[in-house]
Amino acid sequence: MTVWGKTAIVGAWEHPTRFAPHMTAFQIHAESARGALADAGLTVRDVDGFFTSGVGPIGLLSLCHHLDLRPDHVDSTSIGGSSFVSHCIHAAAAIAAGLCKVALVTYGSTAASERFAIGTAGTLVGEPPDQFEAPFGPTIVGSYAMVAQRHMHEYGTTSAQLAEIAVTMRRHAALNPHAKYREPITVDDVLTSRVIASPLHLLDCCVISDGGGALVLTSTERARDLAKCPVPILGGAEAVRHLGVGRHDLLDIAARQSGPLALARAGIRHDDIDCCMIYDSYTITVLATLEALGFCKPGEGGAFCAGGRIGLGGALPVNTDGGGLSSNHPGMRGIFLVIEAVRQLRGDREQAQVPDAKLALVHGTGGMLGQRHSGVTMILGRG
Amino acid sequence: MAETRPYRKPLPRVDEESRGYWEALARHELYFQRCRDCGTARFYARALCPACLSSAAEWVRASGRGTVYTFSVIHQNQTPGFREEVPYVLAMVELEEGPRLVTNLVGCAGDAVRVGMPVTVVFDDVTAATTLPKFRPA
Repeated sequence: MTVWGKTAIVGAWEHPTRFAPHMTAFQIHAESARGALADAGLTVRDVDGFFTSGVGPIGLLSLCHHLDLRPDHVDSTSIGGSSFVSHCIHAAAAIAAGLCKVALVTYGSTAASERFAIGTAGTLVGEPPDQFEAPFGPTIVGSYAMVAQRHMHEYGTTSAQLAEIAVTMRRHAALNPHAKYREPITVDDVLTSRVIASPLHLLDCCVISDGGGALVLTSTERARDLAKCPVPILGGAEAVRHLGVGRHDLLDIAARQSGPLALARAGIRHDDIDCCMIYDSYTITVLATLEALGFCKPGEGGAFCAGGRIGLGGALPVNTDGGGLSSNHPGMRGIFLVIEAVRQLRGDREQAQVPDAKLALVHGTGGMLGQRHSGVTMILGRG
Repeated sequence: MAETRPYRKPLPRVDEESRGYWEALARHELYFQRCRDCGTARFYARALCPACLSSAAEWVRASGRGTVYTFSVIHQNQTPGFREEVPYVLAMVELEEGPRLVTNLVGCAGDAVRVGMPVTVVFDDVTAATTLPKFRPA
């Protein structure tokens, strides 16, 4: 039995807030659930599968309490910002297997109003591997920066090439009225912004915002009677990378495993993809991910991302909402990748529409490149 | 490198799998492990070999010589202790025996660090009980 093509995303809603000191994270979850269910033309009483993350070890139970949900199937896979992409794949399997009929995925965070400096907060000693790292002062951005430094060493990638990615995301954000930052920036602006963790500058880093979103999934059969054009899940795969026994190649990121597997499961090739939503915690994340997914050869990511190729109007538009680099990043951005892909495949994006988009690739990265991380790739189509 | 102020940075939480590693560091010796059954070398210290799940391990003393595999000069970190010390160099060093570890480079300006640079271990007794393996240019 295959699960691919049997489940569709039928509701998608991104909370417009970027700063919500007057709201709780659970309220953002709830408002997002309301938005996505209304988008689908379903009610909260239809939900029998619930998926969430970022709410504490058994926070799913508290959130069920808050929403008074009594689901038949739950999943709080927590593998960082990619978790919500995982939830979609797991929901597809659960729905195909008959474990639930209508799955709700929610996310909410008030990271910005809590003044949580995500990327530079540093890390604490919690689990066994941490004791060998945290005493030396790693930060999230520092870990990604070490991947960037290694990439520069192996392939001659430049800071200007990374900067182009940030410039492109900002160009997309200008078309998104909800984006946190919309003023155009130049490569020079990126290169002259202060260094946070060399070789990454402030403008190589994602924004910190509040926010949230939700998705509703059901069988493609049931989707036909619902409000919006369904977006079927055609393939997906997950992978994990870490430092192993201490010999791991830092540029062998999880996307190298999950990307080809997801494409094979969907039965499509790179050339078939019309647009990509790639987790852009930092500029290097986009470059390394596109390479690892196989859109270009190892070492060619810098050149690939230059010259407007990943911008609207280019051969492979990436993050047409402005991404984490300019639109929003409340800590775990994976759900927004899916929501923007759904908007593109429905043809809802007006000025930011990729003409006749039929196939989108979503790739979430969770945890830290350069350390322990997950990669989740999902292929979405047009119903 | 005794600190005059109380040491505020995160300290290793030594556990039953890692005790031998940290005790050796307190003696100013750097060790990694090798599986007695399949021969796989491993860093960091843990009870079972991830390659074959054998519990039979031997400790191998590292020469302390290595090269910089990658690094980042950290200019911002909110963690107490590090917050007051930026910029500092976070690095991964590849020991000449093979394993790589996360560490700090000391005795070297951030803009002088290069990938591939030869380095050698220095033992930093950060508290009475804890010694951290850091590296300086060889």
